Amino acid sequence: MRHAPAPGPADHRQDDDTAIAPAGRDDAEPDRRRFLRRSGALVGAAAAATATGALAQQASAPAAEGSALPPNVPPWMKVQGAPTGGELYGKPSAFEKHVVRHLRPTDKQYFSSSTRTPLQELDGIITPNGLFYERHHGGVPAIDPAQHRLMIHGLVERPLIFTMDELRRFPSETHIYFLECSGNPGFNVYGKTAAEANGLVSCAEWTGVPLKTVLREVGLKPEAKWVVAEGADAAAMTRSVPIEKCLDDALLVYSQNGERLRPEQGYPLRLLLPGYEGNMSIKWLRRLHVTDKPYYTREETSKYTDLMPDGRARKFSFYMEAKSIITAPSGGQKLMGKGFYEIRGIAWSGHGKITKVDVSVDGGRNWQEATLQEPVLTRAITRFRLPWEWDGTPTVIVSRATDETGYVQPTLEELIEARGKNSFYHNNAMTPWRIAETGEVTNARL
Amino acid sequence: MRVSNADKSAFPAWAACCALAAASLAGPAHAADEGKRFGFGTPATEEQIAGWNIDIGPDGENLPPGSGTVAQGKQIYESACMACHGAKGEGGMGDRLVGGMGTLTSDKPVKTIGSFWPYATTLFDYIRRAMPLMAPQSLSNDEVYAVTGYLLHLNGIVKEDATLDAQTLREIRMPNRDGFVDDARPDVKHPACMKDCPGAL
Repeated sequence: MRHAPAPGPADHRQDDDTAIAPAGRDDAEPDRRRFLRRSGALVGAAAAATATGALAQQASAPAAEGSALPPNVPPWMKVQGAPTGGELYGKPSAFEKHVVRHLRPTDKQYFSSSTRTPLQELDGIITPNGLFYERHHGGVPAIDPAQHRLMIHGLVERPLIFTMDELRRFPSETHIYFLECSGNPGFNVYGKTAAEANGLVSCAEWTGVPLKTVLREVGLKPEAKWVVAEGADAAAMTRSVPIEKCLDDALLVYSQNGERLRPEQGYPLRLLLPGYEGNMSIKWLRRLHVTDKPYYTREETSKYTDLMPDGRARKFSFYMEAKSIITAPSGGQKLMGKGFYEIRGIAWSGHGKITKVDVSVDGGRNWQEATLQEPVLTRAITRFRLPWEWDGTPTVIVSRATDETGYVQPTLEELIEARGKNSFYHNNAMTPWRIAETGEVTNARL
Repeated sequence: MRVSNADKSAFPAWAACCALAAASLAGPAHAADEGKRFGFGTPATEEQIAGWNIDIGPDGENLPPGSGTVAQGKQIYESACMACHGAKGEGGMGDRLVGGMGTLTSDKPVKTIGSFWPYATTLFDYIRRAMPLMAPQSLSNDEVYAVTGYLLHLNGIVKEDATLDAQTLREIRMPNRDGFVDDARPDVKHPACMKDCPGAL
């Protein structure tokens, strides 16, 4: 077993100058070169993190190579480390600077835009708050929680205004749920990495008050059928939510992974609708308008509707169907030759728990059932793993998820057969990765 | 409505009284009517609600007083919208707003206000709440009516001499009004074959 040396500071200066940070906005470098450099950096980090050390280290030798390795005593044992309290809000190691959200370099503007979670860099089921995917329609507002209010009005007995302190006084609950943008990844975007291909999904532990508790406080009138939710951003983002969802598992959340929501995730208050397309979990929530009908807002007509080949569009397509993706080995990484690898990935379904994930290592000809890591939670990301001996020949690896309704994740061809190529939203197709004889991993659809 | 002795200290007595009264009036139409109330929150006045509620229903509910002409809308468009959406709504940094009629069944559908949006009221709602991009909620109601009218005119939906107000806007029937259907998923059934499967990737 060979352990690749940890990348040194010199490598990271190089990373910072290329595509990794800040998030690949430099378009000057040809894609090919950038890809190669990035794959070296990614693989270096992956190799350092894996117990098998089986992935290749391609980056140039670190400056301090040898001085920290046996039989030498590492230099960081011979001096005092950084003083306690140097970072009162801790940050990742300086050697992890390449682990950042992916920002597409080609957007026309960055007020209505998105960033993607670096799925290929993460373990477990919880997305760190700083890496949770973003989709904003009017930028990220800076909201003073003392000045923030939630107003609930419309078909209610008692229209009320709540402060954040009042909302936090209600009995609270904590649940782990994924969120996924329904445009993850669209029908014609085939990213090079897992982040680029499917990074508009993340998973967190959310704390807040059940929406039904707060609706009880205002008292619903019998004709209440929908709730129009509005955010306090420059888009005044507005979506109509069926009352059944509001009285089921909907939450008003103020904390994510134990700390207050980040501004990018709706600080100080967010509607959280488990299993629904992420856009409906209104961030910076400031108003709930209880109505007898959906309001056909711009974001549920012009956008977030699924155009079918007959020219008609599906509306109110809320649920995110079962999906999975292999995150290791995945696009941009490189295997260091034949032998043992653990295939790792994530699966999730808006309809409940994942019951099964199958993995094929021969391009979909034969499939094996992967091991699911507990906990397997409803509407949360589930980890799967499959041990694999690569014989060194080119192949395609791919995963497919099944959820508790019996629904099986389809191929892209099956989705296109049913919906055509212009429905854009709700592409939950399998993501196949091609492994070349050299060990290079690329998106098999590119 | 259940209020246990143990819960009484958590909220004022008047809240329990109100809760009981309200529950008996409204009836248990929803699950949310069951369980206790806490007496949190401050009543929202009509004035406070009116200041915040900018939702326009698809039937024109809550459209405000005011009016604007297509000609006025053209002027507003050219000063506040054109930089992003193009001289005639053809798009640029912002979405294309005009044209695309009859393209929805083609390989390259063009989804615009005229070809795709089901309700003209949504146009008023969206412009007022979110546009122009760098100054949302800065247009007066008259200005929003005017620019809504101009965009409808560019799409051939209202005449050049039209004046838009609550009444005329709610009476407009958009070309794609019936173009939306309910979600038909699950619509794909993958066979989940395990051995010697056809159609390998």
